Amino acid sequence: MLLALEASIFETNFIEQHEIIKNMLSAEIKDKYELVVGLEVHAQLLTKSKMYATDSTEYGNLPNTHISVLTLGHPGTLPKVNRKAVEFAVKMGLACNSQITRKNIFARKNYFYPDLPKGYQITQDKDPICVGGEVPVSLSDGTKKSIALTRIHMEEDAGKSMHLAGEVDTLVDFNRAGVPLIEIVSEPDIRSSEEAYAYLVEIKKLVRYLDICDGNMEEGSLRCDANISVRIRGEKEYGKKVEVKNMNSFRNVSRAIEYEYERQIELIEKGVEIISETRTFDATTGTTASMRTKEDLNDYRYFPEPDLSPVVVSEEWLESIKVSMPSLPRELHHKFVNEFGLPEYDAGVLTDSKEIALYFEGLCKLTKNYKAASNLMMGPVKSYLNELTLHISDFPISPERLAQLISLIDEGKVNFSVATQKIYPVMLKEREQSPLTIAQNLNLIQESDEGSLLPIIESVLAENEAKVAEYRSGKKGLMGMFMGQVMKKSHGKADPKVATKLLAEILDN
Amino acid sequence: MQIDLNTVKKMAHLARLEFDEKGAEKIKNDMTQILDWVEQLNEVDTEGVEPLTTMSSEVNVLREDKVGEHLSHERGLANAPQKDSDYFRVPKVLE
Repeated sequence: MLLALEASIFETNFIEQHEIIKNMLSAEIKDKYELVVGLEVHAQLLTKSKMYATDSTEYGNLPNTHISVLTLGHPGTLPKVNRKAVEFAVKMGLACNSQITRKNIFARKNYFYPDLPKGYQITQDKDPICVGGEVPVSLSDGTKKSIALTRIHMEEDAGKSMHLAGEVDTLVDFNRAGVPLIEIVSEPDIRSSEEAYAYLVEIKKLVRYLDICDGNMEEGSLRCDANISVRIRGEKEYGKKVEVKNMNSFRNVSRAIEYEYERQIELIEKGVEIISETRTFDATTGTTASMRTKEDLNDYRYFPEPDLSPVVVSEEWLESIKVSMPSLPRELHHKFVNEFGLPEYDAGVLTDSKEIALYFEGLCKLTKNYKAASNLMMGPVKSYLNELTLHISDFPISPERLAQLISLIDEGKVNFSVATQKIYPVMLKEREQSPLTIAQNLNLIQESDEGSLLPIIESVLAENEAKVAEYRSGKKGLMGMFMGQVMKKSHGKADPKVATKLLAEILDN
Repeated sequence: MQIDLNTVKKMAHLARLEFDEKGAEKIKNDMTQILDWVEQLNEVDTEGVEPLTTMSSEVNVLREDKVGEHLSHERGLANAPQKDSDYFRVPKVLE
């Protein structure tokens, strides 16, 4: 206790001086230490009703309107497990290659806090529904790494307490109390803030593909606590860990990790021992501070929940969940690279969101020009969606019509830039017209017919006799000029490939 | 198993109970006696017996994901020691 007190006095000074210290912490000193991070992610499940009660889970309602005797912890009430919440937890486990626990026993975690009216949270302790597993991440330098999972377990959310400035009381809203959660606990495998960020991006992608959580960290449907420690490189033992809470964006998780990394190194360098404690992140200053509100001694006295019978995941039930699994981002990524021959980068962008990936997969059933399809998706389609902040489900062009546009390019009727700059904008507005009709109406069909191109080429050459002579005496660079003239005379409709071929034939003979 | 006063104080804190020194002494003796009595179970050989977690043999008593009846806002707040028109009010938790 005395040690903690001293450290806390030191700490106030430390925070004030941190900006200076940060600059003083040389790369050389920093490099001596390895960062070790494990993340605990809570994901609110997209069920209609709560984990153990039938209240609605809808977000954004008036305070204390989605409540029941169970949620408020009235005596004599009995919880009952939501089947869908169990299925969602199993889905996440299957997506992470975890072992699924067949016999699930719930546990009581006892503590007193005003946002928990029962005085205990119904969670899982010794037998989490998913054991082990992994989440593969890709880093910016192309490195691939797998972050191992310890467990995923089911539990219920607490209510929301508000501590308003100038208000004597804490205000409590129980709409959120009892909303189903899964807690995804990683092993301390994360070695940089970038890895932490990449891991969270993957978790968010997974829960959204599985449609089990909306993944919105700002609204709190995805929350993250970080266990952070440092150790001298090569050291086998982990250092004392600090738990950081209250980070409401991926960016803030990585800021908090960076800050803790330096703070802990600085303390160790000064000969001060790190204390295992819970700290809160302050987004305005980018610093963390010790939390001293919860009791120092966390003794949750877990015991098997007597009000709930075990949930047994039978072979049959597990099979039916497996069958209902959608394609996962890594499966689609693999398909886009290996079957469609797309670059890793394209596959990464296209599998970023499930809806875009599925649209693209649908498009690729209608065309074989996968690279053109990918270029269209990553360029004009994405920029249209971004500009109007639209979802792909609101995109006015069906995969069928987009495939027709690609066919026009493939058949040499229009080139890629005419397709994207002239036809595509009309397709966005004219939902009934086919790309071919639009191209015809706008007189954009390329002349790829040699018979109709020949007179144009001949007249260009006749008008530029001097240049023709220069070309023939070796100034091959003039080819571009001739092509420019041909394009001009054909009002941009000459198929460049055919025109170049014809020009070369005539000039080189 | 002898319970000491520190354990009594720790348990009292966790359960948010308050009593004086004399009460603590009495509770210490009671708790020791209760534990001694329960400890008789250690005489039974439980090798290979799965721990009992529920009294019934039922499994998978599950509920479909459907929204049911709610407690009205007014009724929910009716018994709160302190409240306003929207919230339950409790003594401030954070300084």
